Parts: sequence; C-alpha cells; structure tokens
Amino acid sequence: MWFLCVFYHRLLDFRKPEVEALAELFGEDESLLQWRLPEHHHNDTPFHFVHLSSEEIARNIAKRSILVKGMYELWGQGSSYEELKDSIQTFPDSRKLPFLAPDSTFRISVETFGKALTFDEQRERINSLTYIPFQGKVNLKKPDHKFFIIEMDESEENNGLQPILQRRIFFGREVGFADRKLLPTFQLKSRTYLGPTAMDAEMAFLMANQAKATSGKLVYDPFVGTGSILVSAARFGAMTMGADIDIRVVRDGRGPDCNVWSNFKQYGLPMPVALLRMDNNLPPWRSGLKEIFDAIICDPPYGVRAGGRKSGGRKILRGTVDPYTVPEDKRSDHIPSTGAYSLVECVHDLLHLAARMLVMKGRLVFFFPVLRDENGSEVKFPEHPCFKLVAVSEQILSSRYSRVLLTMVKVEPYSEEVEEAARLMHLEFRENHLKWLEEGNIHSSVFKPSDSCQVHTDTKSFKDPKPKYRGKYV
Amino acid sequence: MRLITHNMLSCNIKGVANGFPLKIEAESVIEKEVDFNPDFLRHMFAKIEWKALVEAARSLGYSELPEDSPAAAAEDESLLKKLHHALLELHLEEGALVCPETGRRFPVTRGIPNMLLHEDEV
Repeated sequence: MWFLCVFYHRLLDFRKPEVEALAELFGEDESLLQWRLPEHHHNDTPFHFVHLSSEEIARNIAKRSILVKGMYELWGQGSSYEELKDSIQTFPDSRKLPFLAPDSTFRISVETFGKALTFDEQRERINSLTYIPFQGKVNLKKPDHKFFIIEMDESEENNGLQPILQRRIFFGREVGFADRKLLPTFQLKSRTYLGPTAMDAEMAFLMANQAKATSGKLVYDPFVGTGSILVSAARFGAMTMGADIDIRVVRDGRGPDCNVWSNFKQYGLPMPVALLRMDNNLPPWRSGLKEIFDAIICDPPYGVRAGGRKSGGRKILRGTVDPYTVPEDKRSDHIPSTGAYSLVECVHDLLHLAARMLVMKGRLVFFFPVLRDENGSEVKFPEHPCFKLVAVSEQILSSRYSRVLLTMVKVEPYSEEVEEAARLMHLEFRENHLKWLEEGNIHSSVFKPSDSCQVHTDTKSFKDPKPKYRGKYV
Repeated sequence: MRLITHNMLSCNIKGVANGFPLKIEAESVIEKEVDFNPDFLRHMFAKIEWKALVEAARSLGYSELPEDSPAAAAEDESLLKKLHHALLELHLEEGALVCPETGRRFPVTRGIPNMLLHEDEV
C-alpha cells in the first residue's frame, strides 16, 4: 500500500532513515519499503510517498516517529481543485465508503505548506468537496476519521524549498501522526542535570529510533555523560547501560538530586541497569563476553566542544615506557591522570567494541564530525568488516563543520580473522582519510579565524550571503 | 552496581590473565524492585557466566540460585524470577570488586564501580 508521508520541514537528512528504521522495528519486510516523490517535487520536499505492507505499520511508524507529521491514505491529488476532484472520484468506492458511513463521525482539516489560508478560504476549500458522499456526522473534537486537504503553491521565493514547478494539492485520510509532545516534556531546559554536550531531546529520540530501542533491548552508551541519549532510549522501553571516564559526571553529578540517576527519575523512567566508570580505550569486559548489547548509541568526544581522555596520562606525556609508580600509601585515593584520546583512536575503539559486543543485526548509531569542504570532496566514513552502513544523516552545525549521524548494522559475526581485516581497514582509513581529524586539527579548523578578510567594496553583493533556499540547512 | 554488571567485568590490569570473576567486598547492599521482563532475561541468561553469578549473589546474601546452570531456564518462570532478582534487583551500593589474581581493589561508591586503572597498571 502506498501512503502519503508528510514530514516536518526540519532535519531533512534524518527523515527517511527514521521511517526506515521504524519500519524494520515494526516488522516491515525490508524489500517492500519503497519511496516515491510527488510529481515535480524535489527530494527535500516534505511530501513523500512510502510503500508499506499495512496500515497498521504505517500507524505505528508515525506514532513512534519524531519527524513524521502524518501518514495518510491518499484519496486524490492534483495541481488544481478540478484535478483533485477527478482524482478523488476515480479512487475506488470500496476504499472510500467504509469511512463515509452514516454511523461514523469525521472532520476535514486544511493544512498548508509555505503559505497561510484565512478561515474563509479554508471553509471554501472544505465546502468544495461536496462530490464526496460524506454520510457521517461532523465531530471536530474526537472524530472517527480525520481527512486532510494539504495544499502547497508553486514555490515562491521563501518557503524553504527548492523551486518546485507545480502547485500540488493532496486529499487523504489520516492513518497516524507523530507524538511531538515528547519534545517539550524532555526538552533540555527543564532537565535537572546537564553537561556542556548534553544531546538535545529531538536528536536523542531520533538516535534512539535509529537504534530501534524498544522494550527488552539493552542499549549501551560508552560516553554516557549526563545520560541524555540513554534517557530517550529508556523512554522507548529499552534497558540502558552507560560508561564514562569522568567519575565526577557519573557518580557525583551536582549533588544527590542532580545526577544521571535523577535525570531518569525526573521522567519516571527505569534507572539504567548500570553506570560505570571505565576507559573505552581499555575496557574491562571479561574475556569471552560478546553479543550482549542490542544497540550502542553515542556522541563520541571529537574534540570540538569536549575532547576525549584515556588512561595513562603521564606515560603518554613523558613519552617513555618507564613506569610511573603510584606510591603504596596513596593508591586508594589516587586519581589517575589521563591523556588525550584522539578521534581516530576513539572511533577505532568504538567499532571494535561494537563488533564484539553487539548482537547480530544490532545497531551502532553515532555522530561523526565532518569538515565542510567547499571543494565538495567526498567524505569517507570509518568502516569495519562486521558492519554495513545503512544511514548517513548530516546536521550542519556551522559554515565550517557538520556532524553526521551514522547508523551501522552488524552483519558479520566477530572473529579473530575479522579483527585482523578490521585492523588493516583502520590503518588504511587512518592513513588516507583521517589526517585532519588527528588530535587538535578539527578543533583548530572549526575555530580558526575566518580568512575572508578581504575588504568588501561592493556592499550589494555582501548584503545577502544566505541563500533563500534552506534545504537541509534547517 | 547490579550483578549483571559484575558478570560482565574483569580486572584488565596489563598482564593479568585471570581477572574474572571479581570478588565482591560488600559494605552496603540494597534491594530495588524492577519490572520483570522475561524476554530480556532469556537473552541475558544465554550470556551469563552462571557460576560467577551464583557466587556473587551469595556474597550479597542471596543464595536461592541453583549451583549448576539450569538447562531449561527459558521456560522455568520461577527460575527466571530468581534470575531477575539476582541480576537486576540486588545492588552493591558501597564496597569493592577485588581482582582474584592481584588483589587490586576497584572501589564501588554510590553504586558506581570505578574500573579506571592507575598509570602503572596500563
């Protein structure tokens, strides 16, 4: 069945992957899911057609999603109201009549994109639908069936879309819609315990959806911080587990009622199964432990807002293998020094951890920084023989860099041979693609002063540097 | 710290070969009720080192688990309930995990095990 899937016009790169991940979560056959664009529409449009095997799956996806505004059974479409009428009339009665029955209640709403209609204009459009034999009673508050007229004009200058050639009008029956109420409830400004890099609620939920977090699953965040990502996974019913190298963050927080635990308590969510302090570079997992997590979700420290740390500080600083010995009497209170942990190492350790500790078909979802290069050179992402990259969603953070949410699925079991192949892959990646990411580089590229200091004599061309078309820059 | 965590951790000081299972020194143990989720437990049952769990539970004062790994735990509801209690409801709030080989103590404070190594251990 084809459905009209209308998205919120934000985080454009994240929209389809979210639907795809949720489709899989609700048991959709991977090969059945297809996308199609309305005529003359560009990929960034909020209107997409998606093929799913049942209305129930469409409803479940919409309900759980963050970016789907609504899923509709399309009754007709056209570039004018005449065309819409013809299209609705050719839609089979067998599909229409069950929802028009005398004992049912209904409501028709008018939605627009990139334009606003007055109340009178809306009423006029609703009244023009007399050719649909509605038998039921109108109920605005709690109707059995909700119908929508969704209208957008040919793009004018500033509706946030690339120029689309034609006006398009859709009429459909609502199948499901997103529960965005989650977002105000979980917004960071009302969260008790926050850190400088706490993940905002919308993104955290998107990450949990990419990871297919759900009841009975165990989700792990190796850079847990204040727990902002795990909170979203727990909201979807998953068991959570987090680790961090900074003991002050995980153990102490800002007091007894302001710590990682209290962030879960605040929303009445089950506490994480475990929080522990450890070094991701030297994880203390027992040998033989594997395939225990269903998903790993994280925002690794990549050195722009927070840098990574790992064990063995003094040793690294001195550059000697000569052991630094902690005096016997100071051992119990000793706070080990840590050294810088470059993104290259961090990503390598993360892939290694995921390869070993994820169940088959388990998902690794993490952010990876990308410098925005005007030359448009292709970005290469880290690879691992156990993983298949299934989604790449870019969120542009500044004119200098963006972060990309990578979703990987474990498709090969972990073994020693695989580990050797992974090592070679990593070396190659490190050699050819990650030089700029080595310690310090990304930070300096992001924060270096702009070199466009030429004097702008022509004030006109300087006036309007931003394109009208926002595309995925929203 | 719950015993599910204990079952996953070992001492990873450089050169240590038998860092598992860590011995538990319990100073303060609490119990918190957790929703029973049989699917989760079945998944975990397959991953657990049974002997280590039995011993760890005993050191927290719970000795209801059978000594030998039960063959058909997945169907046995009463056993799943015991597993649930041992894995998820018992918390080591204060104490330490001790490496069986070197005797190194990893402190557990406010329920959080500190597994970070000193500079001379990595």
